[in-house]
Amino acid sequence: MSVLKLEAVHKRFGEREVVRGLSLTVERGACFGLLGPNGAGKTTTLKMCLGLSTPSAGRINLLGHVLPKEAVEARKRVGVVPQFDNLDPDFTCAENLLVWGRYFGLSDASTRKKTADILEFAGLIGRDDTPVQQLSGGMKRRLTLARALINDPEFLVLDEPTTGLDPQARHLIWDRLKELTRRGVTILITTHFMDEAERLCTQLAVIDRGQRIALGTPRELIANTSEPEVIEVYGDGLAFARTAAAAFSARIEQSGETLFCYTADARALMQALAQLKDIRTLHRPANLEDVFIKLTGRELRD
Amino acid sequence: MTNLLPAVSRRWVAVWQRIYLAWRKVALGSLMYSTIEPLLYMLGMGYGLGKLVGELNGLPYIVFVATGSICFSAYMGASFEALYSAFARMHIQRTWEGILNAPVSLDDILFAEWVFAACKAAMAGTFYLIAMALMGLVKTPLALLTLPVLFLVGLCAAGIALAVTSQAKSYDFFSYFITLAVTPMSLLCDVFFPIAQMPAAVQWFANVLPLTHAVAIVRPLLTGQWPVGIALHALVLFSYGAIGFIIATRLMRKRILG
Repeated sequence: MSVLKLEAVHKRFGEREVVRGLSLTVERGACFGLLGPNGAGKTTTLKMCLGLSTPSAGRINLLGHVLPKEAVEARKRVGVVPQFDNLDPDFTCAENLLVWGRYFGLSDASTRKKTADILEFAGLIGRDDTPVQQLSGGMKRRLTLARALINDPEFLVLDEPTTGLDPQARHLIWDRLKELTRRGVTILITTHFMDEAERLCTQLAVIDRGQRIALGTPRELIANTSEPEVIEVYGDGLAFARTAAAAFSARIEQSGETLFCYTADARALMQALAQLKDIRTLHRPANLEDVFIKLTGRELRD
Repeated sequence: MTNLLPAVSRRWVAVWQRIYLAWRKVALGSLMYSTIEPLLYMLGMGYGLGKLVGELNGLPYIVFVATGSICFSAYMGASFEALYSAFARMHIQRTWEGILNAPVSLDDILFAEWVFAACKAAMAGTFYLIAMALMGLVKTPLALLTLPVLFLVGLCAAGIALAVTSQAKSYDFFSYFITLAVTPMSLLCDVFFPIAQMPAAVQWFANVLPLTHAVAIVRPLLTGQWPVGIALHALVLFSYGAIGFIIATRLMRKRILG
């Protein structure tokens, strides 16, 4: 059974069409990643998935409720970690949870009972009375996650949950999200970090210019989109390297001072490159970043 | 979303509590301001100008000023809350955006803002009353009835102000509104200067303005008389507030929910 289903959804702002016929299904228990460059329509899509924006055309169903008509009813069973922290800066951690619980109709007593557990889960033990203003960026993010769990949601929506965090904080968030998946929580996540998507997600959709351009598990996407191996070449001899690699590469791209050679036969390519001076090479398996770049191009998006 | 009228659920109370809790944290400063300001008005205008004016409509000038400016103070208090503070929560702190992720509707949030602003008007009025009582300017038990009236004055002011906030891009926008549409009422609406002395055209205009109707209820109550035409005055205040709030809801839905 699907938790979230979008069917041929369009969204226009005046002349501009931001989402153009998007269809997606998030199955129960999945960790579904929504990837796309800036301006691809991710944030607008998330807003529509929560009933906070009305599609110009198409249908959205969230947890059996038709959106945006029954959005409030559906959101009772959803937790949201927004892209920008909107914790209450004047409140303590515990007060933030208390206030949030009231929005879900929870009694103060039942929120207080949950507070210690939830803070512990988010790595904020004993921070009950710490004002939000005194928390680091990573702690604020974790408190935002804690807040989203106050109603024991079946479905958790996270918009770039680890942007701006240091590696330690990112790993902690990942651990917690995996733990939630184990407990059966369905997750929808947007991210710009391909390693994050590869690590966490069971299903991925890449969207660009408001349309879905790829769908599958991380492995499927890599297998279907890219040659299996990549050799990156750096150094002064790039022009020679390009000529030498051409015969052994399915596809070669240059980005700034780096050459990306995509191939199914890395050994032959490495041998060809080994004879050249003035270059350094890095041999690695293809990853989601290669897929993403191939699908959406190397040009900068605003 | 297609509802023409605001659709409010019980969850508005949770939003009201959030605003109240945040306010309580800074209440001390706010309370000082709320008590000192009316005292300054009464002392300055009442005693200063009162020496020159003597009595007005059978009232010492200080009583005339106090019973008028309590209404203006309530009106201002609610306006500021629904302009600056609501704008901060909507746009600067993105509080509304956060709340909307929970099972709370935009209409619930707006209703909470509306009622909270009106509560602040009633509270400003309470401090004014205490100050007046301390100075021996108010002696009638009818005075207690002014508190619900000032709540209504707050609904009136905040309903209009929320509609203005829905169109604001920055705080600057509010200065125009305050200067052009709020402050002039203190000069026209029987607050400091009796309306009866004004030219007929100005009187007619003043009677259209909401603050005139607030003063028409509150001044008699504070001086121990039952206000003439209280139902009509109250209806005018409520209509301004309710129509303002309905317009605010429609404009805010367009702004926030696209």
